Amino acid sequence: MADLRNPRAFVTVPRQKEHERPVLERVHDFREVTTALDDSSLREQASRCMDCGIPFCNQGCPLGNLIPEWNELVRRGELDLAARRLVETNNFPELTGRVCPAPCEGSCVLSLENAPVSIKAIERMLGERAREAMRVDRATPSPGPPCSVPVHRVVVVGSGPAGLATAQQLARSGHAVTVLERDDRLGGLLRYGIPDFKLEKGVLDERLAQLRMEGVVFETGVDAGVDPTGSELLATFDTVVLAAGARKARALDLPGASLAGVELAMDFLTQQNRRVAGDTIEGRALLATGKAVVVLGGGDTGADCVGTAIRQGAKSVLQLELMPRPPLVRAPSNPWPEWPLVLRSSTSHDEGCARDWAVSTRAIIGDAGHVTAIAAVRVDLVSGAMRELEGSRFSIPCDLVLLAMGFAGPEPGLIEQLGLETDERGNVRTTAAGETSVSRVYATGDMSRGQSLVVWAIADGRRVAAGVLASVSRAAVARDIIPKRA
Amino acid sequence: MPLPGPVGLYDPSHEHDACGTGFVAELHREPSHRIVELGQQVLSRMSHRGATGADPLTGDGAGMLLQIPHAFYERTMARKGKELPNAGDYGVAQAFLSRDAERRALQMRTLEDAVRYHNQKVIGWRDVPVRPELLGPLGRKSQPVFRQLFIARMCQAEVFERTLFMIRKRAGRLASGSGSGADFYLASCSSRTVVYKGLALPERLSDFYPDLLEDEVRTSLALVHSRFSTNTFPTWERAHPYRCLAHNGEINTLRGNQTWMAAREGLLASDAFAEHLADFTPIIRPGGSDSASLDNVVDFLVAGGRSLPHVMMMLVPEAWSTQPDMDPDRRAFYEYHAGLVEPWDGPAAILFTDGNQIGAMLDRNGLRPGKVVLTHDGLVVCASELGVVDVEPDNVKEKGRLAPGKMLLVDTKAGRIISDEEVKRSVVQRQPYAEWVRANKVETTRQSRDTARPASLYSLTADDRQRAARVFGYTREELRVLLTPMASTGEEPIGSMGTDAPLAILSHRPQRLFRYFKQQFAQVTNPPIDPIREASVMSLVSSLGGEGNLLGETPEQARLLELPHPILTPSDLKEIQASARMNVVTLPILFPATGDAGACLQTALDALGTSAARAIDDGASILVLSDRGVSATEVPIPSLLALAAVQNALIRGGRRMRTGLIVESGEPREVADVALLVGYGAGAVCPYLALELVRELCAGGKLDGDEGIDSQASARLAETRYIGALKKGLLKVLSKMGISTLSSYQGAQVFEAIGIGRGVVQRYFQGTTSRVGGLELAGIAAEARASHGAAMSAAEDDELAVGGVYAWRVAGETHLWNPRTVASLQKAVRLSDAASYDDYARAINDQAANPVTLRGLWELTSEAAPVPLEEVEAASAIVKRFSTGAMSFGSISKEAHENLAVAMNRIGGKSNSGEGGEDDARFTRDADGDSRRSAIKQVASGRFGVTTHYLVNADEIQIKVAQGAKPGEGGQIPGPKVDAAIAKVRHATPGITLISPPPHHDIYSIEDLAQLIFDLRSVHPAARISVKLVSESGVGTVAAGVAKAHADGVHIAGHDGGTGASPLSSIQHAGTPWELGLAEAQQVLRINGLRGRVTLSVDGQLKTGRDVAFAALLGADEFGFATAPLVASGCVMMRKCHLNTCPVGIATQDPVLRARFHGTPEHVINYLFFVAEELRAIMASLGFRTVDEMIGRPEHIVPRRDVLPPKARLLEWDDVFHAESDAAGPRRRMRARDARDDSELDDHVLDATKVSVKYGEPSHVKVALRNHDRAAFARLAGEIARRHGAAGLPEGTVTIEATGTAGQSFGAFAVRGMLVVLEGDANDYVGKGLSGGVLAIHPPAVAGSDAVHTNVIVGNTVLYGATSGRAFFAGCAGERFAVRNSGAIAVVEGVGDHGCEYMTGGTVLVLGMTGKNFGAGMSGGVAYVLDDERASLKDRCNADGLVLSRLSDDDADVVRGLLDEHIDLTRSDWARQLRAAWPDTVKRLVKVTSLEYQRVTAAARTTPSTPSSIGQRA
Repeated sequence: MADLRNPRAFVTVPRQKEHERPVLERVHDFREVTTALDDSSLREQASRCMDCGIPFCNQGCPLGNLIPEWNELVRRGELDLAARRLVETNNFPELTGRVCPAPCEGSCVLSLENAPVSIKAIERMLGERAREAMRVDRATPSPGPPCSVPVHRVVVVGSGPAGLATAQQLARSGHAVTVLERDDRLGGLLRYGIPDFKLEKGVLDERLAQLRMEGVVFETGVDAGVDPTGSELLATFDTVVLAAGARKARALDLPGASLAGVELAMDFLTQQNRRVAGDTIEGRALLATGKAVVVLGGGDTGADCVGTAIRQGAKSVLQLELMPRPPLVRAPSNPWPEWPLVLRSSTSHDEGCARDWAVSTRAIIGDAGHVTAIAAVRVDLVSGAMRELEGSRFSIPCDLVLLAMGFAGPEPGLIEQLGLETDERGNVRTTAAGETSVSRVYATGDMSRGQSLVVWAIADGRRVAAGVLASVSRAAVARDIIPKRA
Repeated sequence: MPLPGPVGLYDPSHEHDACGTGFVAELHREPSHRIVELGQQVLSRMSHRGATGADPLTGDGAGMLLQIPHAFYERTMARKGKELPNAGDYGVAQAFLSRDAERRALQMRTLEDAVRYHNQKVIGWRDVPVRPELLGPLGRKSQPVFRQLFIARMCQAEVFERTLFMIRKRAGRLASGSGSGADFYLASCSSRTVVYKGLALPERLSDFYPDLLEDEVRTSLALVHSRFSTNTFPTWERAHPYRCLAHNGEINTLRGNQTWMAAREGLLASDAFAEHLADFTPIIRPGGSDSASLDNVVDFLVAGGRSLPHVMMMLVPEAWSTQPDMDPDRRAFYEYHAGLVEPWDGPAAILFTDGNQIGAMLDRNGLRPGKVVLTHDGLVVCASELGVVDVEPDNVKEKGRLAPGKMLLVDTKAGRIISDEEVKRSVVQRQPYAEWVRANKVETTRQSRDTARPASLYSLTADDRQRAARVFGYTREELRVLLTPMASTGEEPIGSMGTDAPLAILSHRPQRLFRYFKQQFAQVTNPPIDPIREASVMSLVSSLGGEGNLLGETPEQARLLELPHPILTPSDLKEIQASARMNVVTLPILFPATGDAGACLQTALDALGTSAARAIDDGASILVLSDRGVSATEVPIPSLLALAAVQNALIRGGRRMRTGLIVESGEPREVADVALLVGYGAGAVCPYLALELVRELCAGGKLDGDEGIDSQASARLAETRYIGALKKGLLKVLSKMGISTLSSYQGAQVFEAIGIGRGVVQRYFQGTTSRVGGLELAGIAAEARASHGAAMSAAEDDELAVGGVYAWRVAGETHLWNPRTVASLQKAVRLSDAASYDDYARAINDQAANPVTLRGLWELTSEAAPVPLEEVEAASAIVKRFSTGAMSFGSISKEAHENLAVAMNRIGGKSNSGEGGEDDARFTRDADGDSRRSAIKQVASGRFGVTTHYLVNADEIQIKVAQGAKPGEGGQIPGPKVDAAIAKVRHATPGITLISPPPHHDIYSIEDLAQLIFDLRSVHPAARISVKLVSESGVGTVAAGVAKAHADGVHIAGHDGGTGASPLSSIQHAGTPWELGLAEAQQVLRINGLRGRVTLSVDGQLKTGRDVAFAALLGADEFGFATAPLVASGCVMMRKCHLNTCPVGIATQDPVLRARFHGTPEHVINYLFFVAEELRAIMASLGFRTVDEMIGRPEHIVPRRDVLPPKARLLEWDDVFHAESDAAGPRRRMRARDARDDSELDDHVLDATKVSVKYGEPSHVKVALRNHDRAAFARLAGEIARRHGAAGLPEGTVTIEATGTAGQSFGAFAVRGMLVVLEGDANDYVGKGLSGGVLAIHPPAVAGSDAVHTNVIVGNTVLYGATSGRAFFAGCAGERFAVRNSGAIAVVEGVGDHGCEYMTGGTVLVLGMTGKNFGAGMSGGVAYVLDDERASLKDRCNADGLVLSRLSDDDADVVRGLLDEHIDLTRSDWARQLRAAWPDTVKRLVKVTSLEYQRVTAAARTTPSTPSSIGQRA
């Protein structure tokens, strides 16, 4: 092992990322693609951390993870203490350690030289250690609220990362938390949106079990907004926290969009996730096996579709993106420590797919009610507006088109029922503490922020939980004073 | 007559003075008038050491003390019909009386009443004739009426002097009582001496007092003094001499000495004074200067029965505790008296007399000069300089110097000189001090050993420890950043890049009371000390227990607990508490957690004071103030406040001296905390919680480097190291104030507060400056309770708070430099994106919710109409007022350094070289038209690369007296960082450590600074000379002194400025924001009418145009930026500059990392223009068209009302925003400086060497020199360097033959091609900055004298910062010979203490005795020293890292060559003798070099490459 006390390690030790299983092996199963580095490599990687005077990573991480502090502890081999430091700011490091795109690394001072500290790899290892500890502990016993604060009944609608983080924070403060989930299983997009090759679901199940031990009550198959209604929720609970995501998919308003073989990415991914979970798929099977697949949308969901389609045995996979191909290195207008707008490749892209950019789909062409090709055109981005390049029309033969163009905002049900104010994009408008326009109702995660990352959802959940706690203690103080006057 | 009272930020208590002083005494002859004339001659010859203010005809004061001229008084009084008794049977009161006739009559009556009260007889009054027309307007305006009262002796002769003393004291007290005291002053009242003094120019003193011209005025001794005050409020009474002494220097511990003296008054008792004691208190007259206060005490103790030498030895002891070979009786004397009275510490040459004996002594450090000449005909002359009295060469019997801590005594009655040894021996044998000490002193057994620790590492359980840590506000950051490094390295933690977190009063988080206090430090008027290289003068010994009657002398007074240092572990404390010989009482310092906060705390403090008093009355000799026992209901009182409350209550009740105070608290954790507790009176501190946390952090070998050590051992090691770090830090804190001993530091209160309310200050911290008010008790209590409350409600497994003070954190303390501001500024300058700059500026400027700086609490206001933006001065004109900060090449990379220079040169601003020299190649413009030359060249204490050529390539020369991040401290670049390029510009050897000493060794006082300014101006008359100071209270007074020293510029740096490396405690806790220092400087300069003379500039985290606007309104003409231009160039505030690992290639010399530097001049220029444009918009809105219009207009600043936290609203700004009216003269720099008065000497020399300077032809000049011919030939050196560059002229081109006594800085900066031979002698600073010239000084040839080589021929600090050249001195030198020499070769026949200090190169041959501490901090170069017994030289060497060896054959060749050249140039007899006995001489020589130098030169012989260890941890 290199000298772990060398302050110049950031120059002498090369950056190392997590291991990936060989493509030829991994495309035949849905198990996780990446495997953790060994502890000694990670200690060496941690020694690259410069313990910056301004740790931009600390800002870059939505959770404010104390990255330099745990890097230091990892370097010194105090892994359990490091894991404690991580858990202090991050409720679910085993999740972010797997699925977070690591904005921290984008803002790491070493990414000025394109070789940031392998924060994510270290976080994953620490997340695993925290899991180990969790298995031993099973749960952190709830200490109960400070004597003057009465137990508060809180309902959290939605069991995605935002809802789970909120629930955990509040339960740990001794409040009675019930989480309502519309689906049959808990986890929201963590469960059905993210393929197992990125996040094996056992990890999630273990976390849910731990939450139960901490006293969180989960109810699945409960469609809040239908039954119970918003006002019923308000009648039953002291506080309502909405964390139902932004699940309204952005539709494709084009000729041929309703042809068979044109599918929403989320439906496609959900079905495969259920299949991996051992469910029997009822109804139409959405499978890419033997098909020429076109994925519309260049984001993470698109990439997940790519990996899933490949594993299902697609004949070919092509991913199209409307925006131009990002540069390989930062443009001057996108300086560090901003999130680097550069070409990103997921593991799925290495598994055999084609990608094309600056392509606008004009129509979906079918035969006998089934898609056979898409008609597209090349575009150019001129001062913010898309311009079609003349003579660039072309068509792509295909059997399956997966629409992965993002989400259009939260579903309106509860929002309308409770009469919550929304912003111009349809997201619930809240204060910094998560308070909506209606008293006792909070909103968090994608539902107020709009579609975003798991790490933001956790951060939002923590923030809103803090907001709830602040108002609870305000109320407690108020109650305390009143008897004195009487 | 008195000083003006405080106004705005001016406070008369900050006045400093320094000066030239001397005495003349007759050994063999009768009293004569020639002594008076010689005294006057001494004054006239040292007039350059005095000063004048805005009014050039009013001096700062001059005076002469002489024996009563009986014949003269007898005759003049006879004319009035009064017959005087015999000489000695009457006294003379020299009275300064009111100009108001009625008051005067009252005062005269008062004095007569006092005479009669003491049963003496009034003989009559005499008007002292004066010639007011010789005074300047200021002096005339304040001139008192001078009268002498003659008092006939009506008592026994032995008690007459004491009776006169009592008369003087009573008269003073009665006058104050009747309200006529303010303009009543007795300059002397004695039967032996009389003092003539006042605001006359020194050279006119005798003319002003015609008495002094009378032939009949005869005396055997004359003590004279010429004063340089930093301020221009000189007063008549502040002129020296005082009644029994004159002083050159500064007492740094004054506040403590005054406090302790007041505390002792309650215990005084004396048969001699009997019931009259009440007349003497306060012993120290309030409002007096340091010298006056010392005189008060000396005067009192002498009248009380001790001899004058005895009193001087007890008040200003030499360094003794570190001198094991000192005579045991003498040690015992000092040890005994150390328990009785703390040293009056600071640079001091003190001349004293009782009328028969006259003497002189230097402080333990020898920081003021004292030269002594003894003639064959019995004349003794002692003065700051040689050459102040003309003595024929063949009449010189001996020329010597006062050595540090040594005393010279002349007995005019006995007609002989009493040596230091003799006078001290007779004093120390007066009582069996050694026996007294042995019988009574109590020592701890444990503290110095680290063995007998208890089996358990902790006294608290883990849970309690965690909770206690929360109660006392510990953060994880403190554990990580402060405690861990201290515990693992034993050193203070180091940081860089200044501080940008909120002042304590501005933070939202509850703050420890310690954080509201800032350490003060020495600048200009007194030098800081180097506690590492000059450790021999330092001491941390602390004595606790009861003192007693200062006038008495009993064995019991030695019953004290003596600690080797003031840090106690819990087991040490336990041992003390259990000691049978001390009566120890522990008092809890807690207050209730509920109830009205302020009232609860007040009650608790009052009760604490009462119980402390009661405990003492019951016999306690040591009180322990302890906050153990914190509970849910009891909150710890901030330990500093509890201590101050007890200290004050005890002083008020007269009980303080009967006890020692120990603080046992969980609160103190870092150096600054302990320093505060000691500084406010604690004798020892037990930081029990910090110690437990350290043990916990380190148990089990968890620290880097401790792996594998068992728990107990590693915890013990950690504790020892942690205490070691505290000790080192404490020494540094003491030494930065110029204080050498803990006992003088204790209670000296050298702090100022920011954010503490006036009520609290008055009641508990009396004498501490707190300019802007702040928290009162209620607020302090609320903060203590907030931490406590949070701790009590926290869950058990909650982690400690993150912290975020030293490095930014999301959930931590606010920082102005944070991800957002750094990112937006960098984006703005790279993309020229004004919107991004606006983002940045907004984030910095709007601090209402989270204030960080004082200016963050202000807003701008104007009643004038806005002006259109286009009418406002152009940005391109504004940026010319901008400069970049002083950052040396070495602290930052070549790329970064040159980038700043190019940027500033393109826009007409100024970059600053910093203190590391500059590559000659940068002095010529590059092919592309850019210039990499720094307009400002810095001259700092290390003088690295300060060659003549460097100086003449400056537009401005800046003397760096202090640096914001570590004022009062030196610095060092570790050897591995010194690569070939750095070594080249610093004139050093690659791989050799370079140390910058804390002080400039040629600036120990204000008149020294004037001398350095004079030197630099001589070398380069066209350059502006500026002086960089750091903001602290009193900086205005220093600024005024600097202006009077003829500087062109005064620079005020804020405390928060960046740095390459500094102890964290200095970054955080020393100095004050520039807002305060700048405002004070502006105000004091204006009050003194000096503002128009100087450019006032400022820096310290200036970031935006709004910052500049405030700086201009407070009085700055020019503005410096350092961190922000670095950020613009790519700095991301790593704060790792000290590790050489800067990842953006700025603060590093690592080539791999330097390649990562991507800054361009455009980035810097864009930034500065953004700032200027922002300023323009502000100017337009305020109605200013030019910057000139807005300078010094604080009325445009008002406090914001909307700031949070609420405590920030407590601050009061009236004093800061105070502006004198227009009548006080200019508000900004108005006139170009006066052309230097070219001396005739310079003109003559330049004229005579014209052919050489212009055409390189040889020339030969002969000149005669006097001691006021200063910096001789520096002007010529500058001319040659300007025309011929660094290489100078061929050797032998200019030859100068001089005779006489040269003034200071003889041969300074002489360049190659100059050979200067002086027959005579020279004063201090010979060959300063020698840059290739050859100097030789030899005595006039006198027959019959064979011991000439032991005479002093050159003064102190010779060859300071010399870089090349040769010097030959046929005689001895004073202290610090060849200090910081980096290349010159010198031969000398003896040196004083600290020879070759900090030397990094060159060769020194000493053909005689060396003083103590030879080679301290010497990292390079070679010294050859004549030494008959190697062991004795070894004892006198600073042991650290030096190697002593015999000469090799190569060495012998070198020495022989030097000896031959020495003989050739000086004709030295002594050298000839040594040469004649060559084989024997070689054996007597010892070679001294450093281990490091030996290693590097050995390595260079085997591998020619430069060191490659860059990047290793230093």
